[in-house]
Amino acid sequence: MTHGVATGHAPPQSFLRRYVFSVDHKVIGRQYLDLALVAVVTGMVLSWIMRFHLGWPETPVPGLGKLAPTGAAGGVITPEYYLALMTMHGTIMVFFVLTTAPFAGFGNFLLPIHVGAADMAFPRINMTSFWMTLLAFLVLVTAFFVGDGPPLSGWTAYAPLSAVGKDAGPGQGVGQTLWAVSIAIFCVAQLLGSLNFIATTLDLRTRGMSLARLPFATWAWFITSVIGLIAFAVLMPACILLILDRVAGTSFFIPAGLVISDRLQPHAGGSPLLWQHLFWFFGHPEVYIAILPGFGIVSQILPVFARKPLLGPRVFIVCLIAIAFLSYTVWGHHMFLSGMNPLSATLFSVPTLVITIPATIICLLWIGTLYGARLRFTAATLFALGFVSVFVSGGISGFFLAQPSTDIYLHGTYFVVAHFHFVMGVAAMFGIFAGTYFWFPKMFGRMMNETLGKWHFWLTFIGVYCVFMPMHYLGLAGNVRRYSAFTDDYLQPLIPLHRFITIAALFTGAVQLIFLFNLIRSRFRGPPAPANPWEATTLEWSTSSPPPHDNFGGRQPVVTHGPNEFGGAGQRDYVMQAEPQ
Amino acid sequence: MSIAILRPTTGNGEPRSAVAQTGVWIGIATISMSFAALTSALVVRQSSAPDWQHFQLPPLLYVNTLVLLVSSVTLESSRRRQAVATLRATLVLGLLFIAGQVLAWRQLGAQGLFLATGPSSAFFYVFTVLHAAHLLGGMGGLVYVQRRLVAGLLSVATFKAAALYWHFMAVLWLYLLTLLTIRG
Repeated sequence: MTHGVATGHAPPQSFLRRYVFSVDHKVIGRQYLDLALVAVVTGMVLSWIMRFHLGWPETPVPGLGKLAPTGAAGGVITPEYYLALMTMHGTIMVFFVLTTAPFAGFGNFLLPIHVGAADMAFPRINMTSFWMTLLAFLVLVTAFFVGDGPPLSGWTAYAPLSAVGKDAGPGQGVGQTLWAVSIAIFCVAQLLGSLNFIATTLDLRTRGMSLARLPFATWAWFITSVIGLIAFAVLMPACILLILDRVAGTSFFIPAGLVISDRLQPHAGGSPLLWQHLFWFFGHPEVYIAILPGFGIVSQILPVFARKPLLGPRVFIVCLIAIAFLSYTVWGHHMFLSGMNPLSATLFSVPTLVITIPATIICLLWIGTLYGARLRFTAATLFALGFVSVFVSGGISGFFLAQPSTDIYLHGTYFVVAHFHFVMGVAAMFGIFAGTYFWFPKMFGRMMNETLGKWHFWLTFIGVYCVFMPMHYLGLAGNVRRYSAFTDDYLQPLIPLHRFITIAALFTGAVQLIFLFNLIRSRFRGPPAPANPWEATTLEWSTSSPPPHDNFGGRQPVVTHGPNEFGGAGQRDYVMQAEPQ
Repeated sequence: MSIAILRPTTGNGEPRSAVAQTGVWIGIATISMSFAALTSALVVRQSSAPDWQHFQLPPLLYVNTLVLLVSSVTLESSRRRQAVATLRATLVLGLLFIAGQVLAWRQLGAQGLFLATGPSSAFFYVFTVLHAAHLLGGMGGLVYVQRRLVAGLLSVATFKAAALYWHFMAVLWLYLLTLLTIRG
C-alpha cells in the first residue's frame, strides 16, 4: 500500500498569487482549460475561413482583406495563405487544444484529487509548465503579425520546406522560425507537466489508493504522461535541429543541390526523411496523447450514468498500456508515400493493424457496460456515447489507411482528413465536452443547464457527421487535400459537396455558441452544486464543490474501495472510494 | 467519508523525499530519450550523404572528463558526510568543466570547425552544448542544496536526488564522449 503526503502550501492571499501565478493545481487546470478555449475558438475561426474559401473560392471573406492585406488582398485568400491558415489551424488544434484541454487541463484539476493528494508533486514546476504553454501559444500566434505571416508547411512542418527559410514562400521566414520556437517551448512545458503527473501518481497516493483503485481517468492521464514524456523528449531536439538549419546554416534536414525560388540553397547532405522520422516518432504517439484522456473520461463517466461497473476494468488498463507501447511502433504508417522500402512499410503496417485490437476491446467494454443498463441521460452521458460513436466511425477508416496498398491512393486525399478529424479531433472534443458537463459542478460549484447541454450535443453530433462523413466520399473520388480551390475539371463536380460541408461546418461552429453561453451563464447563475450531484464514487465527489484549497479541508481521505462499485442492491446503488468499510 | 488527520509534510516546504528522487529519475528518462533521438539522428545523417568529415576531438576533452568524474566523487563524499566544503569543491569542478568545454569549442573554432562547417562538427556542438546546458541546470540544483545544507534544512533524500542527477550528467558525458570518439 502506498500512502502519500500532501506537499503543503498555505492558501495565497494576494490576487496575483491566487488567480494568476498560482501554484494550486486546480487554478492551473482551469487556466489550461481557459487557454484551450481561446485556442479552440481561434482554430475554429481559421477553419471557417478555409471552408468558406473551399466552397466559394472567388467570393471575398468579409473583413479578411484588412486583417491579411497580402495573404488575402480584397478578402480572397491566396493558395499560400490557405496553407498558412491550415498550418495554424492544425498546430493550434493539436497542441493547444487536444493536448492542452483533456490532458493538461482536466488532468491538472483532477489527478491530485483523484489520488487523494493536496496538490501536484512539484507545484512550482506545474505553474512553470502552464506559463510556458501560454508563452508557446503567444509565440505561435505572433506569426500572424510578423513578416509575411504564418508558416505554410503544415502542422507537420516537413523539411526541407520548413528548413530553408524565406525562399520557400511567404511565412517561411520569421513565421516558420516562430513556429519551431513555439513548439520547442511547448515540448518543455509538456515534459514538465508529464513529470508532475507521473511523480504525483506514483508517490502522492493517499492511504489505500493502490494502483488497482486508481480511477480510470487517472490511469489514462498517467499513461498519457508516460507517452508524452517520451514523445516530447524526441520532438524537442528535432525542433532544435530544425531551428539550427534555419538560423545557423547547418544541414540536418536540407539535401544538396536544392534550388528554391531560382536560388541554389547553401546546404548539403541533409536528410528530409530524418525530420519525418523524428516528427512522426512524436506525431503518432501524440494522437494517443490527444485521445487516451478521452478514453479515461468516458470510462469514468459511463459507469456513473449506466449505474453499472465498467466491464473488465483490468482489461481496460491492460489495453491502455498496450496502446501506449504499440503507439511507438507505428510512426512509419504516416510515411508510406515517402518512398520507404516496401518491407519497412509492411513492418509498420502490421503493428498499426494490431493496435486496433486493444482499441476495439475498449470499445466493446464500453458497449458491454451499456448492455442492460438503465442509462441516466445527461449531457455528459450523451457526449460520452457520442465519443464512442465518432471514435468508432473514425477508427474504421483507419483500417484502410493502415495498409500501404490502399493508403498510397488515399493518403493525399480528403479520406485522411475525415479519418483524423473523426478519430482524433472530434472524438477528443467530445471527450472534452463530456468532461466539462461532468466536472463543471465540481470545478465551479454550480450546475450547468442540462437542456442546453442536450441541445448542444444533438446539434453538434449531427453537425460533425455532416462535416466529416462526406469527406470520405471526396477522398475516394480523388479529391486531394491541402488544395485551396477545386477548379480543375475533374474536381468541379465535387464543389457542391464542399459547399454542403462548409454550411455544415458553419452551422456546427455556430452551435458551439450554445455551449459558450451555457458555460459562462452557469459559472455565475447556475444552481449551486452539491458535493456529489451524479452519485459517483471517486474522491473528488467526497469533497465540497468546488474543493477547498488543500482539496480535502486539512484531512486526508483513506481509500477503502475501488472506483467501479456501482449497481449494489442496498439503499444506495454505489459505494464511494472513501466509504468506511 | 472516512478520514484521517493529514500527516505532516517535511515542514519546510520541500517536496517529500521520495518525490524528489522520482522526479529526478523521470528527468533522467526524458534526457536519455532526447539524447537517444539525437544519436539516431546522427546515425541517419551520417549515412545520408558522403559529406561526413571525421575530426580529432580536442585532447582537452579528456581533462574535462577527469574533472567531471572527480566532481562526482567529491559530491558523493559531501553527500555521505553532509559536508559543505566538498560540495563547494563539486561546484568549482563543475564550473571548471564548463570552462574547459568553452575552451575546447574555441580550440575547434581555431581549426575552422564551427557549427555550420559540416555535419560532424554540427553534431559535436549540439551534443556538447546541450550537455553543458543540462549540467548548468544541475549546478543550479547544487547551489540550492548548498544553501539548504548550510541552513541545516536539507533532507537526506533531496541531497540524494541532486547527487543522482549529477552522477547521471557524468554518465551521459562518458556516453557522449564515446559516441563522438567512435562516430564523430
